[in-house]
Amino acid sequence: MTNPLLRRIGLALAAPVLAAVFALVISALVLELSGSDSIDTFRTIGSNGLKLETFVDTLNRATPLFLAGVAAAIGFRMNLFNIGVEGQYILAGFAAAVVGAELNAYALPGFVHTAAIIGTAMLVGAAWAGLSGLLKVTRGINEVISTIMLNFIATGGIVAALLPKVITDPTAANQGTDEIAERAWLPELNGLLEIVTREIGKGRRLTGVFLIAVIVGVIYHVVVNRTVFGYDLRSSGMNPFAAFAGGVPPKKMVFLAMVLSGLVAGLVGMPEILSENHAYDQGFIQGLGFGGIAIALLGRNSALGMTFAALLFGFLDSSSAVLQVQASASAEIVKIMQATFLLAAVVAYEFVSRIRQRDEVARASVATDVAVDSAAIGGASA
Amino acid sequence: MAPAIELIGITKRFPGVIANDNINLTVEEGEVHAICGENGAGKSTLMKILYGMQPADEGVMKVFGEEVTFGSPNDAIDRGIGMVHQHLMLADQMSVIENVILGSEPTKGGGIIDFDAAKAHLAEVGSAYGLTVDPDDMIDTLEIGERQRVEIIKVLYRGAKVLILDEPTAVLVPQEVEELFNNLRELKADGATIIFIDHKLQEVLEISDSITVIRRGKTIATVKASDVTAGDLAELMVGEELPSPATGDSTVTTDVALEVNGLTVLDDDERAVVDDVSLKVHRGEILGIAGIEGNGQSELINAIVGTWSANSGNVRMAGKDITTASVRDRREAGLGYVPQDRHREGLLLDAPLWENAALGHQTGAPYSKGFWIDRASSRDHTGTIRSEFDVRSPNVDVSARALSGGNQQKLIIGREMTAHPDVLIAAHPTRGIDVGAQADVWNQIRAARAEGLATLLISADLDELIGLSDTIVVMYHGKLVATLDPSEIDPRTLGSYMTGAALSDASATDPGPSELSGDPS
Amino acid sequence: MTWLTNLPAWARWAGAAALGMLLLTIVQSVSGTELLTEEGTAQAMVRWSIPILLAGLGGLYSERAGIVNIGLEGMMILGTWFGAWGALNWGPWGGLLAGLVGGALGGLLHAIATVSFGVDQIISGVAINILAPGLTRYLSERVFSGEAGGSVSQSPRVDGFDSFTVPGLADGLGTIRDQDIFWISDMAGFARGLVAEMSFFTLFGLLMVPLSGWLLWKTKVGLRLRICGENPIAGESLGVNIYGHKYLGVIISGALSGLAGAFIVLELAGLYRGGQTTGRGFIGLAALVFGNWRAIGVLAGSLLFSYPFGLSLVDFNAESSGEATRAVLLVIAIALVGVAVWAFRANKRNDVILAGLIAAIALIWYLSTDTAASWLPNTMPYALVLIVLFFASQRLRGPRTAGLPYRKGET
Repeated sequence: MTNPLLRRIGLALAAPVLAAVFALVISALVLELSGSDSIDTFRTIGSNGLKLETFVDTLNRATPLFLAGVAAAIGFRMNLFNIGVEGQYILAGFAAAVVGAELNAYALPGFVHTAAIIGTAMLVGAAWAGLSGLLKVTRGINEVISTIMLNFIATGGIVAALLPKVITDPTAANQGTDEIAERAWLPELNGLLEIVTREIGKGRRLTGVFLIAVIVGVIYHVVVNRTVFGYDLRSSGMNPFAAFAGGVPPKKMVFLAMVLSGLVAGLVGMPEILSENHAYDQGFIQGLGFGGIAIALLGRNSALGMTFAALLFGFLDSSSAVLQVQASASAEIVKIMQATFLLAAVVAYEFVSRIRQRDEVARASVATDVAVDSAAIGGASA
Repeated sequence: MAPAIELIGITKRFPGVIANDNINLTVEEGEVHAICGENGAGKSTLMKILYGMQPADEGVMKVFGEEVTFGSPNDAIDRGIGMVHQHLMLADQMSVIENVILGSEPTKGGGIIDFDAAKAHLAEVGSAYGLTVDPDDMIDTLEIGERQRVEIIKVLYRGAKVLILDEPTAVLVPQEVEELFNNLRELKADGATIIFIDHKLQEVLEISDSITVIRRGKTIATVKASDVTAGDLAELMVGEELPSPATGDSTVTTDVALEVNGLTVLDDDERAVVDDVSLKVHRGEILGIAGIEGNGQSELINAIVGTWSANSGNVRMAGKDITTASVRDRREAGLGYVPQDRHREGLLLDAPLWENAALGHQTGAPYSKGFWIDRASSRDHTGTIRSEFDVRSPNVDVSARALSGGNQQKLIIGREMTAHPDVLIAAHPTRGIDVGAQADVWNQIRAARAEGLATLLISADLDELIGLSDTIVVMYHGKLVATLDPSEIDPRTLGSYMTGAALSDASATDPGPSELSGDPS
Repeated sequence: MTWLTNLPAWARWAGAAALGMLLLTIVQSVSGTELLTEEGTAQAMVRWSIPILLAGLGGLYSERAGIVNIGLEGMMILGTWFGAWGALNWGPWGGLLAGLVGGALGGLLHAIATVSFGVDQIISGVAINILAPGLTRYLSERVFSGEAGGSVSQSPRVDGFDSFTVPGLADGLGTIRDQDIFWISDMAGFARGLVAEMSFFTLFGLLMVPLSGWLLWKTKVGLRLRICGENPIAGESLGVNIYGHKYLGVIISGALSGLAGAFIVLELAGLYRGGQTTGRGFIGLAALVFGNWRAIGVLAGSLLFSYPFGLSLVDFNAESSGEATRAVLLVIAIALVGVAVWAFRANKRNDVILAGLIAAIALIWYLSTDTAASWLPNTMPYALVLIVLFFASQRLRGPRTAGLPYRKGET
């Protein structure tokens, strides 16, 4: 590839494509080694993927993953590793469910009730993440360690301690908070899809949080790339010393980034609270925080990249149910595909960025030589 | 007898620069041979080639008469060549003995280090060359001079016969320099060959037998130290390109642009690293601060720029007190800053050039409009910087990392100058860049001075200081200790002020600290 | 106080342990519980500390070689599965060895990504933590679900190691314990718990502490490995193979984490179960920081962090329901008052206020309840980590270049 533009586009696509191929090969290998038919498995996944209902499942699954990805990406942009998205959204989800159930007793318009729930979730998420930010800024405690510890304190401590206190029916099979009144539920968005598709069947409902995720994605993209604040955030992440000399105080940015990350993390549990269970119970979805980190890594912290990553992971997750029922392969192969894809992708990104760097240095030095030559010619003719 | 080291026709090219251009060097056994040249002349590259850290593109190396090629420092060590790097290669949290034996550990078998044998050998080497260290001391408890001694011992421990010292005095205080020189003389008496890289002429004359001068990557001359004066050497080093010492007619006005009063800055250990400093810089004036690194210049700059807070005293710009203002407020008020370490404080290496141009100026035109970054106008303006300041790059979208040091520096100078600051803090503005870029930077600073810019210039390059400044103040142990007129001073005298040597002589005529300032009135 | 700092590390930690015992004894006499210094508590503490210890030591090798390893948790998960698989096929020794190899493979993966490809160390660690549970679940589905008692998330039961009691020593300590002398007998009883009915695997884990200290600080390989974490460029300039030693450190790190996983399966749970590591890898990392990146310090951290849990095993049952765990609140309060006094003498006003504040909360909590809730011991280690880091982080110093990428020939 001699055309530099083609080469750049090629390089940009090379990493994810290489990683995808690698992940497919590894998964096929694992499948074959364990006695499953890999082609058959992939065909099952593929044909299932073409169904409209699978698409709804994919979107429902991708929505919280994408939100968690944005939360992690805000930290990554600042070179902060918010490993604590997990604890932040679980704590936030719990608090939101409690507040939502408490508000059942008051005569409120539905949208106020909903807003109160979402607001609570965001505030709690922000506070819990902000605590890590504060520890880092004031005490220099590494955010990786503090967020991990706070994850455990949130789930094993605070939620475990408070959940029994809010349970009103101790005989129920699934112990949790009271159901939130229907007025606060977010409407399903099936109608939105059905404008262009047939009617969605099998009781699938597209979560209303999907729209929130889209809005968050757009805001994230615009703020990070187009605003002075976003510039400050990115520059501080790339080189805090240079950013400081350029007027961006590093400690303030660290704290702000953690708070913003937590703010978005608070939304991750909203599909459960506002669309699916309408309560926090022991079956509250876990693991989305780490999933979100994977999404941010795959999507290279860009809104578009994370969209693709979330859709892909969401799709694979919704395929696992089908594999369980139909194919001879184990549904867990999906997890292996996701993880190998992630590992292969981060390695490939690093690899490609080194090639790109070398290219740039080469081009920059060509530019220098050209300038030297033309200066020499100019000097000679004068 | 064959010379210890013979380099014939060594050439080394980097993208856009020829660092070494057909260099020839002969070092006789048992001599102290100095290699002199300005910053960026190619001394360090040459030594890295000799020590096997970088391969030469062309040329032949002979060690004690035998032709050699080095693939790694190990090859050089095997041939008896050792190097004491400018940035000391020591692990701070390890003991002296651990640092010394690393890579050639004596063992009792089974990979167990024989610390007793190591210490015995260390003591042997130490007494043979008159160098003493406590093997159990942790490096981070040692003074900088002691650390350097550890580095020298590290090299001798491996049986090196040829020692390369890369600017060893840059970080030392005068007493430590004296001690180092005594050590070197002793080493020489014991038959070691020493290659000494430096650009401080007085030191070079004092310690060396022979001197090779390098300018712009070429060997200019090899002379006997006894045959030349500092003046001769200076001429050889800078050649015809000596920056014209006169900055032209004085453009100094009486408007005070930057004023520092009784400023004291404490470091993390609560020691006063800037101690009651007062100075004034007027519009159209360049005030140079001379001083050996580590005498408080960096901290002074940080306190003026706002990245470190002052303990007492105040800083004023155009009469307005900015002592507690944020960095951003200061920058918006017209403070330009060229940091001393462009990679650390000046650039976002992985960001495109236009984002680097915006750094420090992102809150206003042409880079942003209110809340929004104005990409089109940012890129446009960066294009202007690129052509006006001769930043050689394919476009404004390549990352800053891709540029050579000189072009990176021109980008920084360009972004600061095109923001039309009232005050410019320029720290080592030409450090580590090639001679052509150096002249460009100087011209830009001079031009801005003519338009009324007040500049505070910090530099380790004495010719640059003398050449550019309207007034020079000397900083020593955190205090301003002398105010000098650059038209009446040469590098040698200035150097003696910087080391504190001239202070005791001149104390009778030295003005008191309270009167010390850039204020000529 | 210079004589204090001149003491060898083990003596200082031993002194701290004796003081800690004194504190426990005093609190015990005030709170009317006897479990704080019980032999059973000590035994449980040691047993439950081993996975944390092994993971922490794993972190020690890796970080000393300049590679941060938050994939310890994932490597431990690999260790649990491989440990169970090995034990099913070849008995406990097979389990130990298979766990070691499984973890080491995880370490190798981390080394390839971070050392050879320069992937960010945290990112690679996170990826491994995501990969490991998926992989083990898949493997379980394939291997365990066909067997009796096995399923996608669980293996059949496996046998652990035999236990033994150090002869003479245990009897001697038992005699002193029975004398009922204040503090001395408590210490003897507690110490007896450490030497009685100990499994070989526990002993093996404990022996890793002096072995690691010796390997890292007394041997050639150790010195070269440590330079990778302190100043790899200096090492390179002296001809040390930096990449090789980094690989070594990270692989050993994985192997030790794998051992930690195998320990959980063989000694604590008696089977593999999905999610059974419950963040011990991360606690190990915290123990590493607490122990200031020293082998003996990691041991101290592991014991401290596993104490609340060990206590809860004897404290939450038919006769007892958290009285002793409640007493730990008083211990924490008193310890924090100590911190406040120390901070006052060091003239750190903020620390005095904060330590006093947390002490007050712990004290009020202690006074306002009769028993602790069952979630408290599960949370205490994590809170302890944060409290310790909060007051000590500025005094701790890890390997200087841990976490930073290194590429040969770049200075």
